[in-house]
Amino acid sequence: MATKASRSAARLMMAPAVILLLGWMLVPLIMTLWFSFRVYLPLRGGDQGWAGFDNYTRFVSSSAFWPSIQTTLVIVLGVLAITVIFGTLIALLLDQPIWGQGIVRILVIAPFFVMPTVSALVWKNMFMDPINGLFSHISRFFGAEPVNWLSGRGIDWTINLYFTSFDLEVTMGVFSIIMIVSWQWLPFAALILLTAVQSLDSEQLEAAEMDGAPVHKRFWYIILPHLGRAITIVILIQTIFLLSIFAEIFVTTGGAFDTRTLSYLIFQRVLESQNIGLGSAGGVYAIILANIIAIFLMRIVGKNLD
Amino acid sequence: MGQIQLKQVTKSFGDVQVIPPLDLTIQDGEFTVFVGPSGCGKSTLLRLIAGLEDITTGHIEIDGTDATDLVPAKRGLAMVFQSYALYPHMSVRKNIAFPLRMAKMDQAQIDKRVDAAAAVLNLADYIDRKPGQLSGGQRQRVAIGRAIVREPSAFLFDEPLSNLDAALRVGMRMEISELHKKLDTTMIYVTHDQVEAMTMADKIVVLQAGVIEQVGSPLELYRTPRNTFVAGFIGSPKMNLISGEEAAKHDAATIGVRPEHIDVVESGGTWTGTVGVAEHLGSDTFFHIHNTGLAETLTVRAIGDVNLTHGDAIHLNPRMDELHKFDAQGLRIG
Repeated sequence: MATKASRSAARLMMAPAVILLLGWMLVPLIMTLWFSFRVYLPLRGGDQGWAGFDNYTRFVSSSAFWPSIQTTLVIVLGVLAITVIFGTLIALLLDQPIWGQGIVRILVIAPFFVMPTVSALVWKNMFMDPINGLFSHISRFFGAEPVNWLSGRGIDWTINLYFTSFDLEVTMGVFSIIMIVSWQWLPFAALILLTAVQSLDSEQLEAAEMDGAPVHKRFWYIILPHLGRAITIVILIQTIFLLSIFAEIFVTTGGAFDTRTLSYLIFQRVLESQNIGLGSAGGVYAIILANIIAIFLMRIVGKNLD
Repeated sequence: MGQIQLKQVTKSFGDVQVIPPLDLTIQDGEFTVFVGPSGCGKSTLLRLIAGLEDITTGHIEIDGTDATDLVPAKRGLAMVFQSYALYPHMSVRKNIAFPLRMAKMDQAQIDKRVDAAAAVLNLADYIDRKPGQLSGGQRQRVAIGRAIVREPSAFLFDEPLSNLDAALRVGMRMEISELHKKLDTTMIYVTHDQVEAMTMADKIVVLQAGVIEQVGSPLELYRTPRNTFVAGFIGSPKMNLISGEEAAKHDAATIGVRPEHIDVVESGGTWTGTVGVAEHLGSDTFFHIHNTGLAETLTVRAIGDVNLTHGDAIHLNPRMDELHKFDAQGLRIG
């Protein structure tokens, strides 16, 4: 029942929230845009006037730019693959009736409550440390050389796409960060997928069973399509957060060993190089990249949420 | 072929025995209806036959071979679920083809069978739609289509019409009955609606608390209910069950007389009372009658144009030859 009076009253009452959120978003955005066109070196003379598109060209022509994009994509895709695949498996396991179900579920969710900085420190010092870490102890127990989790050389892949092929080097540092971040995000994926598994009508599974579908085919033809929607939502939300991971890199490798992502590169430009103009231009690129990905994902989700 | 035999079948969930030892034979080609109130174990019994639940003790034989430990898919039975259980992401065609695909039949054969089933059930117009775009009746038909393509030895229906509106239900009831005549395959049908049971069944199995109260044709159950439970359950409106002094006059603990076997007379009937509620259906009128001197409210079915309303006095005459007598245990006498 939207009368004219109730509509204008609604607008009036929503106004504070809208203005606050708009300000929250617009002020930093406009400041970033502003600084990206300035020569602004806080320790070397401060704001020195207009730079035109100089910062933009310098940011992309830097030798660190494309590797940072590649690292960002490798980390995001790696974490997505691990969390979706293992999240689905964990969800299916948690759906089984077991003794102590409540406690097991809480334990599974627990990593999500640990702050990124803390979990990265725990992983770095207690598990991945080449001398005192648990992994190195295990390696030595079996008589093997401890793995250099953060600084090791890693694996080279040659990726063949139908139009091009290129070499992809995933260092142990990148691999370790994927592992740490996956550990943090696995509970999220498992939890969302668990609710999706539970919402599946059991009669559908029984019908498939009567129709002669064995367990793996029931998973493939009934459960997985049912999870499709939840999986796209997991991918959408995680991508947005994973594009901006920072603490895990800062705490573990500090951007060394090819672990510099786009957001870490921006941090280095602004704080380590003390070049706010250049960093802001990078920030604008990051906004554009995030938006392109968001539009793609929204389309996929939109298609799935008919 | 589709003869199903249950031998001393029991089912327990934990310590609770929901089906005490039970024997039942369903003949080939028979339309059998399991009927009973909610929670009487009729759906459980159907699921035991389907193999979706494991039986605790006893044996199930299908066509003379022991099927007790067979997985559902190997029993050669097809089931239609209450929620239809269609696969929402597949088109109608793919839904119907699913069991054939799982059986690794070749595509040409699949298409032939799906088209044949679609023709039988008038599905051709929406064969490429998703279940979400169909009405309840259409979904029901797709579910039946998915069952008939497998050419099973028996069909199992688990309250298939309970999600449909009243008019559609009557239509689907006829369609399922006609399908049975056409296919001549064994069908087991679970319902709590005695009208469905009476209209569709060759054989009705009345269940209460997992126990078979009576097995027989619809008219057998109507004419000679074995006990007061069956007497009250079969027939609509319900049979009047009268106990106490009035029953003692007929040497019984309880007497039963159906509403359609009580005549409304001008004066001097066996019972007199006042009309409480009169339900005029046009063809018939149902009277609920109080103050007859009996403990129970009587229900009487009269012809459509009896002009009595609330508060009027009414004289009733039960037909003595249609009287049912039951003993103190509720079992039929004579």
